[in-house]
Amino acid sequence: MAITYEPIATQTISGSATSTLTFASIPATFTDLILASSGSNSTLSDIKIRFNADTGSNYSETILLGSGSSAIAARGSNTTGLNHNYTNTSIAAAISHIMNYSNSTTYKSTMTRWNSATSTDPYTAVYVGQWRNTSAITSVTVFVGSGNFVAGSIFTLYGIKAA
Amino acid sequence: MTVYKFSAAGSLTTGRTLYTSMLAGNTAFIDGSYESISTVTASGSSSSITFSSIPQTYQHLQIRGTAKSPNAGPALVIQYNGDSSVNYKSHYVESNGSTAYAGVGGTNTYGYVGYPVPGSANASMRSATIIDVLDYANTNKNKTTRSLTGYDTNNTVDGYVDIFSNLWMSTSAITSITLSIQGELFVVNSQFALYGIKG
Repeated sequence: MAITYEPIATQTISGSATSTLTFASIPATFTDLILASSGSNSTLSDIKIRFNADTGSNYSETILLGSGSSAIAARGSNTTGLNHNYTNTSIAAAISHIMNYSNSTTYKSTMTRWNSATSTDPYTAVYVGQWRNTSAITSVTVFVGSGNFVAGSIFTLYGIKAA
Repeated sequence: MTVYKFSAAGSLTTGRTLYTSMLAGNTAFIDGSYESISTVTASGSSSSITFSSIPQTYQHLQIRGTAKSPNAGPALVIQYNGDSSVNYKSHYVESNGSTAYAGVGGTNTYGYVGYPVPGSANASMRSATIIDVLDYANTNKNKTTRSLTGYDTNNTVDGYVDIFSNLWMSTSAITSITLSIQGELFVVNSQFALYGIKG
């Protein structure tokens, strides 16, 4: 039977300062993509994703956060990337689902869950995002808002293939 | 061990390929734990999407999909085994982009699992929904589901992100699942795929 849930690539941050990484030449043979990560940043910052190197204000998201004391709603419109995680030197985990990524008819929808355990900004979060572009996604870029990924941070891209 | 694969046109010394693996260049069979069962894509005239004759050989099920409604307001709902009786309960945590709140969907003839993008939004927009149906083949317990769902319209219409939990008050094994948007038609290119997860 063909593999349905398949790792495409893994990138592990080495000792050198890295603030961005890209999964390029993504096969168009899957239905959904999943980006799973575990890592930290040199400074408190967002970790965001972009598609096909699009740095334009073509992204947006609706947000639900839990801070440990309150539930928070927010929205980001006309942004230059979608949130994947938010942390400092504390290890944080995140999973972003990129739905129906290889179709060329609809905009691309994402669903992200992340958690961070920083002492000052601990959150658990769920985001729904959108990239306003009908192009098939061929690359995913992950980047920090400020600082660098800490060595040992790991990012894995998976493909899920529907029948 | 040396492995040779002979072509039909070759002989014992020609037309043969040498391999160092018993696979002889073939793809290894891998018995996966996460398997695709079925995919349904709406044609524009579909008022529901049904996965029927679901194999009972998995531990859990997952449904992944994107959807749009031609109108505003309907929710994405789920029914099992054609049961349209008042056997479902739902509750949720939700953000509409400005307010976070929790609520109860009540006891209904269906379970709430999400929202399609409303018809007033851009034609290219779709919602995202991931539904986990746990221990679906068990005949000793009621069935629970978790749904992670939402859509965003870049603040042109609205947007929601939700976590839903559902209870189907039946101990029957689930053999079919129907998704619908409360009487509306799924817009073309709304698509849902069913996966089985082995335990």
